[in-house]
Formats: sequence, structure tokens, C-alpha cells
Amino acid sequence: MRPILMKGHERPLTFLKYNREGDLLFSCAKDHNPTVWFADNGDRLGVYRGHNGAVWCCDVSRDSRRLITGSADQTVKLWDVQSGTQLYSFNFDSPARAVEFSVGDKLAVITTDPFMGQTSTIQVKRISRDPNEQVGDSILTIKGPQGRINRAVWGPLNKTIISAGEDAVIRLWDSETGQLLKESDKETGHQKTVASLVKSSDGSHFLTGSLDKSAKLWDSRTLTLIKTYVTERPVNACDISPLLDHVVIGGGQDASAVTRTDHRAGKFEAKFFHKILEEEIGGVKGHFGPINALAFNPDGRSFSSGGEDGYIRLHHFDSDYFTIKM
Amino acid sequence: MASIVSMADIEATAKGLGIDLSAVNLDSITLPPGEDFGIKSDDDEDLYHEEALELEAGFGNVIVVDNLPVIPLEKFEKLEGVIRKIYGQIGTIREGGFWMPVNPETKKTLGYCFIEYNTSQDAKSAKENTNGYKLDKSHIFAVNLFDEIEKYMKIPDEWTPAEIKPYAPGENLQKWLTDEKARDQFVIRAGPFTEVFWNDPRQLMPELVYRRQYWTESFVQWSPLGTYLATVHRQGAAIWGGASTFNRLMRFAHPQVKLIDFSPGEKYIVTYSSHEPSNPREKHWVLLNFFDLRTGKLMRDFRGNADDFVSGSSNVTGVSWPVFRWGGGREDKFFARLGKNVISVYETETFTLIDKKSLKVENVADFTWSPTDPIIACFVPELGGGNQPARVSLIQVPSKEEMRQKNLFNVSDIKMYWQNNGEYLAVKVDRHTKTKKSTTTGFELFRIKERDIPIEVLELENKNDKIVAFAWEPKGHRFAIIHGDGPRPDISFYSMRTAQNVGRVSKLATLKSKQANALYWSPAGRFLVLAGLKGFNGQLEFYNVDELETMATGEHFMATYIEWDPTGRYCATSVTSVHEMENGFHIWSFNGKLLYRIPKDQFYQFLWRPRPPSLLSPEKEEEISKNLKKYSKKYEAEDQDVSLQLSEQDRKKRKMIQEEWDQWVAQWKKLHEEEEQLRLALRDGEASDEEEEYEAKEVEGEEVIDVTEEIVDSDEDQD
Repeated sequence: MRPILMKGHERPLTFLKYNREGDLLFSCAKDHNPTVWFADNGDRLGVYRGHNGAVWCCDVSRDSRRLITGSADQTVKLWDVQSGTQLYSFNFDSPARAVEFSVGDKLAVITTDPFMGQTSTIQVKRISRDPNEQVGDSILTIKGPQGRINRAVWGPLNKTIISAGEDAVIRLWDSETGQLLKESDKETGHQKTVASLVKSSDGSHFLTGSLDKSAKLWDSRTLTLIKTYVTERPVNACDISPLLDHVVIGGGQDASAVTRTDHRAGKFEAKFFHKILEEEIGGVKGHFGPINALAFNPDGRSFSSGGEDGYIRLHHFDSDYFTIKM
Repeated sequence: MASIVSMADIEATAKGLGIDLSAVNLDSITLPPGEDFGIKSDDDEDLYHEEALELEAGFGNVIVVDNLPVIPLEKFEKLEGVIRKIYGQIGTIREGGFWMPVNPETKKTLGYCFIEYNTSQDAKSAKENTNGYKLDKSHIFAVNLFDEIEKYMKIPDEWTPAEIKPYAPGENLQKWLTDEKARDQFVIRAGPFTEVFWNDPRQLMPELVYRRQYWTESFVQWSPLGTYLATVHRQGAAIWGGASTFNRLMRFAHPQVKLIDFSPGEKYIVTYSSHEPSNPREKHWVLLNFFDLRTGKLMRDFRGNADDFVSGSSNVTGVSWPVFRWGGGREDKFFARLGKNVISVYETETFTLIDKKSLKVENVADFTWSPTDPIIACFVPELGGGNQPARVSLIQVPSKEEMRQKNLFNVSDIKMYWQNNGEYLAVKVDRHTKTKKSTTTGFELFRIKERDIPIEVLELENKNDKIVAFAWEPKGHRFAIIHGDGPRPDISFYSMRTAQNVGRVSKLATLKSKQANALYWSPAGRFLVLAGLKGFNGQLEFYNVDELETMATGEHFMATYIEWDPTGRYCATSVTSVHEMENGFHIWSFNGKLLYRIPKDQFYQFLWRPRPPSLLSPEKEEEISKNLKKYSKKYEAEDQDVSLQLSEQDRKKRKMIQEEWDQWVAQWKKLHEEEEQLRLALRDGEASDEEEEYEAKEVEGEEVIDVTEEIVDSDEDQD
């Protein structure tokens, strides 16, 4: 499996997202410029210019027309995917961390960081079909969890919002009222910051990756813990294969603590686990910094990883990957 | 711990007394000092044992010297001079701190005197050093601390027979050896937990025996025969063991204990503490206690200035542990300490110096005991700029006879390695050239068990090679050396025999350019792990010295510690918390197959439980190895059973997991279908869930058009 190296960002990668068809790959990095690539050969298609800070997260609408990006410059911007023009900018009083479109792309959930005395928030904005009618008001604001909320995603049918962050607790909120419905158990749940949260392709379950060196699989509706994948590295990123019963987990020693002795010391591999048996299948080496972002192509035949080293590595699986027997 | 009061009880009591509990701030209540309300703290017993504050006002620094000559007043000053001279050497006698009472009727002294020192330490060492001092034939000093008079007064005049306690049969402390599966135990410390496990290679995982949080405050240590596990606490050391679980068997009070050491036969335990001065004027002193392991009785203590306990060749920062080295094998008969120009050898019957004299060896730099016999090998470095040669001597104890001696020239340093049966001694000699610009290394090999102890000189083919590591084969006649200057040293194997001649050393093989810097022989001999620790990132090579071939290579990345189990069947490699990442341990079979891996964060210690030596006679052992097939049958059958059972279990477990998962999937699918219309509505009627079908088709449609293979260096894009 020879990876395609995509060098376009000048700073560490923060997030990767495929569109629904799997032909485009959107990448966010700390260098202010979200970028779109051809997911097949890794050619760069374009850059969305306008942010003035690190870009932490993005999402693309189902029809691949709209891109939403959240940035440390305290804005969340809507873009026209094709032309790269900025359609709208939501302004906040603190850096935006996570963004996601709802089913139907009429709503977006956004989280903001605690900043200058303000607590972190989860906010819901209405997204208009016509950008000229777009307004900036929040239809719902949830406050409460301590520390950064690293991810917030929509539950099935947009009825709930699932959030996770620095306090290591996964929470289920009512997306109408903002009421807290459920919290993950402290004993069995994560022990350290949850760095990433991704849903399965049908949204029925989701995977969380935490700095406590584990990833956990949960039921989206009941917040039941189903599986735990234990690894030797802090987990920064994870994803669920849409094709096979695999999950991929990436991360590594914190960039500030990386040793200079050997690149293997930091555990910068992307590790594959069997989703059901919780057993390790294998690993993909390559990055020389921690992995910050991972995403499977929706067809499950390739995946890409983004590292602290500024590279995106796009891997098309070899044919024997599909015949792995456990 | 007394009874625990529950919140419900408190509420009931409060109700009975008519107190509104919610109005009472429980945290604000302070108990009257000294009142414990009948709740006994676990620690009290130990805390009160801590040393009482030493007050200047006490009599702790006063000694009483008895058995002085009774003299008339004319000779008073002369005797005072003599006594002051003796006791002034030990410490400063206080001004006016000397008092020898005189009988006013006879005008003669009473035959004793009092001496007051500045510190109680001086008083104690005066007592230790001069009790029994012979002034002349009829006057042998009896020295006591003034404070001890009360103690002696309390001794009743009449002898009463000691109460004999009825015999209570103890537990079988070696029960672990009777494990049906013949497994071995190990202890690990990770995070706040200390855990003892069975190594269960058939199940490919360890089985927990005992776990305890905060079991020790610094480290744990097995006794040499594995009977006890020692833990170290602020108040002292404790030993644990037992038939079924780990019970506390004995405690040894020693405040601030830092290091412990067992005697090889498990009769005694030595504890050590060092008290660093809080201000530079005070002395840095150390205390060593010898306890009887079974009774807990303090047999002897040694206290003194730290400088006196730092032996010749050791570093400046502290004592080289163990300070007292045990000799004479498992009999625990002798122990010895290196001093300035002396080796002090003690025997354990009386805990005093043999013949009441230390062994005088001018300028001795180091010594080692034979692991089995009461023989000391000591090394005296070169003196007078090379005029007096360096010397290695073998001295028999307790006769203190020199059995063998060898003079060596141009020596810069010497290291001694005993074979563990005490049959051979290898002395590594670093020699410098006349100009002292370069050094060469050679070996002097002593055959201890042969007549007159022949010595053979072994030089490496390249004399300038540095010796990285040296190790004898346990119970064997072979040894291995890692030597070389470059980053990839060579490894050579030698035997003390040749095919024809048992009295000649011969080279067996040399392995070139290995990434290794440490050697670990299996305790059963024959097999060896060549390890590249630290700079080599944990390369492992399992080598069979009988066949002279590599059985397997492996890697435990960043490994810091390697230990064979006591039977030589398994080998453990671990990464301890000196590294931040990858903490945990791996268990390998003797032939280099990785059996299982256990990651543990904050991993501090891994120690196999030692086994006592086999009770089988050598003949019986030979018989077993001859008829190995007969004996192994039983175990092979067991192995097969287990593996069948395992695969059966495994299959069942997998099936269960899969079924469980299928349930989830079915549930999700049902809900997903139920919600389909709602989802459609959310998406303005756009057909939605076609993704799944589209994927399914693609799996079928795969076709190989062309396969080309190219060799690609996957690392090329790095660095």
C-alpha cells in the first residue's frame, strides 16, 4: 500500500472530511486555509481563503455544495464548495471548535471554547438554502460542561446532540429544549479528554477517541457503551470503516513530548482494530508526528490521515486488506 | 479498625438526643486531643516506635565506665589522663563532663567513672567501641549508657523460667511451589498497585494471585529463595508470604529505611537508612540493622558516619549496596564489609568480628565472596606509581589463609566475576600501556575447585576491544563476552574445557556485528538472550549455545529490563517508567516466541519469584532428562487439552460476541427503517438511504487487471 502524500498545509492538520460520494476530501489545519482535494489521486482542487486563525473542524452538505468551517478566529464560515466564495460568517466571542450539519442540512451544531472568562457552549444555527436569507441567530444555546467541548454531533433524526470534550464525559442533549438527557458513566467511560467523536455511516453508533489511550464505541440512542479498544497511545483521531467491521485509531505521544530518538517511540501509526472482537489487526506507519485526523472514504476502500507533521497521507487499500481473516 | 459507624446510626443517635443533624456542621467538630473514642488507628503502633526526640538535657550522651582500677588519690590525675585519652578519641568530652567519684573514707576511687559527650551518637559509639577494652589483664572495661541503668535495674534478681508458648504450626510458606501446572509467579508494581501473578503461558495471559493498593512505599523485593516478599515503609520493612494469600509475617521497625538486603539463606534481613544532615555542621550518619527473619529479633546494629561506610572504590554520592556482603553460600555464616585497609568479616553466631579482628589488607579496593564457599577474592590496586604491583588474592574464611595470589602489572582496573557454583572466577583486567594512552583488556581465569587453583590467562584476539559485558553460564563451564569498539560489537563464547582437555579454555564461536550490549543467560544454562537495551531500542536475540545457533530474534521496543524466570522456561522483558511511553511487559518462551504482551502505565517493577534449589539429586535429574519422553507425555497431553479447551472457549466467546453484535445491528436496522420516512421528510423528500446498496454492489465487482510488484522503501519519505 503506497500512500499518496499530500503536502499543502504548512501547519499541523486538525480535521479531515470526505463528502458523501467520496470523491472530495476536505482538510482543516492550523494554517487558516481549509483545502479540498481529489480523494482519488490527491490533487489539490482548491483552498478556502478567509479565516484568520487555525481551522478546527468542517462539514460538507449532502449535496456537496456547502462547506461549513469552525475556526479559532472566533468565526464559523459557510462556503460555496465549487467556487470557494465565502457565503456567510457567524461571529462568536470565543474560538469555534466543532461544526456539523444536521440531517437535511437545515441546521448546524457549533461548539465554542471557554475563553476570557466565558464558558464553552453548544449552539444550533439555522442554515438557509439561499445564502442571502442567512441569519446569525442561534436557535439554541447549551451551557454546562466544563472545559472545551471537542466534538458535538447530531443524533438520529436530529432529535439529540451528542457532545464530548475535556471533562471526558459523553453527553446526550435534547436538541429542541437543550435539556441534558444522559451522561456516560464515569467508571466505564473515558478517563481523560475525549479528542474525537465520529458516527457510523447510518448514525446508529459512534466511536470516541480519548487521551486515556482508548477508543470506545457507543449506541447513539441510548448512550450504551458497546466496545472498548485499548491501545498504547493517546488517541487523537478515530473512524469507523463503512465497509468492513474495522475501526481505525490514530494519535501518539503529545507533540511537545515527542522524543528525538526514534520515530517509533512516539507511536505515530494508524492502528486498525476489529470492530466486534476488539482485537488489533494491524497498523499503518508513516507520519513522523502524532496523527490528528483520520477519515475513511465512504466506500471504505481508502482512508486518509492527517498529522501534526503537516502531511495528509492518502492510502488506497491493497486487495488483501479485504480478505483479512480474524 | 474498630467498628465503622454508618451514617444511619448517626442519624438515629441524633434523633434520640433531639439534635437536628442538618444544623450540625460535621466538619467543624474537632475531637479533644488524645481521645480516639475507642477507634484504634492502624498506624499508632508503628508511630510510637519512632525515635523519641533527642534532648540535650537528657542523659543520653553520658556513659558509665566500670571496672576501672581502684587507685589512691595520688594517682587520680594519671588515670584521668589515660581515660581522657581513650575517650577523647571517640568524641569531644564536654567541659566538666568527666567525673570519677572517690570514697571519702578510704580516699580511693570506686572503680568507675562518668563521661559526658556532646552528642548521644558519640556516647553510643563509645559504648560500642570500648566495651570490653583491656586496660590491663585484670581491668576490662564495662561500658554502658547512663540511660540504660534503669533498664538493668528492672531485671529481677531471681531467675524465672521463661514461659513456653504452645507450638502453633505455621503455614506452608512454600505452597506456591506445589502449583499443579508448575507455573511461576511474578510481582509487578504499576501505578498505586502491587500485584502478584501466575505466569500462565498456556492461557497466554497472567492469572492474578493477589493485588493490593499502596502495598509498599518505595519498592518490593523477593527473598533469595522466594519465600517472602518484602515491602518498604516509612516505619520499617515488612515481609509477606503464606500458603494461600499474602499475609504479613513479620515487621522490622526501622524508621526511614531506604534499602534492604536478605541473607542468601533467608535467615536474616539487613535494613539500611541514611540520615542526611539538615545543616552542614552535623554528620551524615547511617544506620544498619540486622534482624532475624523468623523471630524479628534485632541481632546487631551498626551505626556511624556515612564516610566510614562508603567503601574504597564506590562512588561519592552514597554507599554501595549491599554494604555488608554475605558469604559462605546459603549457610548465612559470614558477612563482610570493606573498610579502609581492612575487610571486616563477621560471623553470625555472635555477630562479632571473626577473631575480634578485621582482616588487614593494605589499600584494598574491592572484594567479592564466592557464591558457594567461604572464600573472599579481593583486589589491591597498583601502588607507588607501579613499583608495587596490583594483586588479586583468594582468602579462606574463617582461617584467613591466603589460598592463592596473583600479581598483575600496569593495571588500571579490575572486575571480578564468579561463576554461580563457585567453580570459576574470572578477573577482568584493564591494563594501560606505559604511556597510559590506551588500555587493553584481558582475563585471568581461576579454577577454584582444582588443586592449587590454576590460573589461565585469556586474551582477546583484538586486545584493544572494549568489554561491554561478561557473563558466566549458570551452573556451566561457558561464558560469553560482548566486546568491540564500534556501535556493533562482537560476541564471543568460550568454554573452560576443550574437547580433549578439561583444563584448557577454548573459544567456541564469535558472532560478528550484533546490536547488543547486555547478556542474559537462562538460569538453566544453554540458552542466552543477547539484548540491545537503551541505545539499541530493545533488540533481542535468543541464542542456543549448545548448537551455536540463533533460535529467534525479536524486539521489545525501548525495553529497559530483562529477567529469566527461575526455571529458564520463560523470559520477561519490560519497559519501566523511565520511559514515558510503551510501559508494560512481554513474556517470551525460552526459544524466543512472544507469548503475550501486557501494557501497564506507570510501570515500575517486574520481578520473578525465585525458587529454592531443586531437591532432586544430580543422578535423579540425569535420569529424568534421559527419560524425558516418558515424563513429558503427561504434560504434552495436558497442553493439548488446554489448547483444545482454549480454542473451544475462544470459539464460544467469539460466537457470543458476534451474536451480541448482530443483535445491535438488527436493532439499528429496524430503527433505521422505522425512521426512514421521517428522515425523508427532513431531507425534503430526497431519496436517502441508497448508500448501503451501492456499497454492496461494489464488493462484487472487483477485478484484477494487472499486478505489478515493485519494491518500495516505505521509509523514504521520512526524515
